[in-house]
Amino acid sequence: MARPKIPRKSTSVDMTAMCDVAFLLLSFFILTTKFKPSEAVPVNTPTSVASKIAPDKDVVMISLNNQGKVFLSTGDGTADKDTKEQIIREINTTKNLGLSNAEIGALKAAPFIGVSFAQLKQQAALTTSQMTGATLPGIPAQDTANNELIDWMRAVNTVYTGMDRIPNILMKGDNVAKYPVFKNIITAFKKNDFSKFQMVTNPESVPVGSELWKNPPKKVD
Amino acid sequence: MAEMDTSGGGHHKKGPGVKKAKKNSTRVDLTPMVDLGFLLITFFIFTTTMSQPTAFKLVLPKDTDKPEEQTKIKQSGALTILLGKDNNVFYYEGALVADASGTNFKASNFKDIRDVIIHKKQTTDTADFFIVVKPGNESTYKNFVDIFDEMNINLISRYALDNVTSDEEQLIERTEAAQGGK
Repeated sequence: MARPKIPRKSTSVDMTAMCDVAFLLLSFFILTTKFKPSEAVPVNTPTSVASKIAPDKDVVMISLNNQGKVFLSTGDGTADKDTKEQIIREINTTKNLGLSNAEIGALKAAPFIGVSFAQLKQQAALTTSQMTGATLPGIPAQDTANNELIDWMRAVNTVYTGMDRIPNILMKGDNVAKYPVFKNIITAFKKNDFSKFQMVTNPESVPVGSELWKNPPKKVD
Repeated sequence: MAEMDTSGGGHHKKGPGVKKAKKNSTRVDLTPMVDLGFLLITFFIFTTTMSQPTAFKLVLPKDTDKPEEQTKIKQSGALTILLGKDNNVFYYEGALVADASGTNFKASNFKDIRDVIIHKKQTTDTADFFIVVKPGNESTYKNFVDIFDEMNINLISRYALDNVTSDEEQLIERTEAAQGGK
């Protein structure tokens, strides 16, 4: 029986279409990726069932690291940075610190405030890489008698009231931070009539069978 | 095979024996490029932060000295939760009884406290039900968030934060010492 000859086909496939798809996906992922900003103050946050994403505008963040040091920072946007400058100016005037414009600029660029009022000049002289949670002493809030965070929160209140906006106060505490320092932070909030604040947590699944699991909260956007 | 045309520039005739210069194919093998593309895609997929941090809202009442502005709670509906060191949890219902007959002060932990809360919630009138949280000086921030998370999990709307009294502190110390001696 005569076998029909099967023509040999080339095994090479045209890769152009696949290449197009690959690079389309690549550009999508490059554009949507938001790198986790490297944190000067490393904080391991606890988990909670809260499902609301932390805000990123008008943010005033209080960080409490594992050693119980308190740091104040604002959001990364330009508007928030300007607000930070105003807050520092406000503290400068009310506390008569005599900071120069250059020093205020340096503090504005700093990732966080982590010293007492008296040492602000010294922090302004440091480079950003020198400012870490390990090297700076933190804002004094350890004892009730000398709670400088009250003054900082008052400045925040003054600045935000002047702009007729409400700050989103975020509390970012470490798992192992002790409660008394946190209590002093709450005191600082309360003394300035900030009765609402939000605690930054990592999401956690709702326990099966609990009441929240039976009645999940309605999404409000 | 490709051949070089070594004849000089003088001959322009195109006779039948003259070979045409072979055109090279413009096709490039795109396989390595696709490989590279997918490698980068994998990298970006893995580095993309999937879980954004969430915010957990807490509203505190204003401190007031005026008794008429303070929240009044019924003792029968109150459950007081105390946070001790090393993730210990203590609780009592109603007022603290610390007489010789024994106290209603009980030790618990973060696993069991949910059942205590649920039990109390089911057995008391909703209008009277109130939880007071008193974190001790040895408790951590995680304990604080966890216990308020329990309020969210069990849909409890009425709760308060208070300071530990010295009586309670002594009881915590005594209970913790007893547990340590086991």
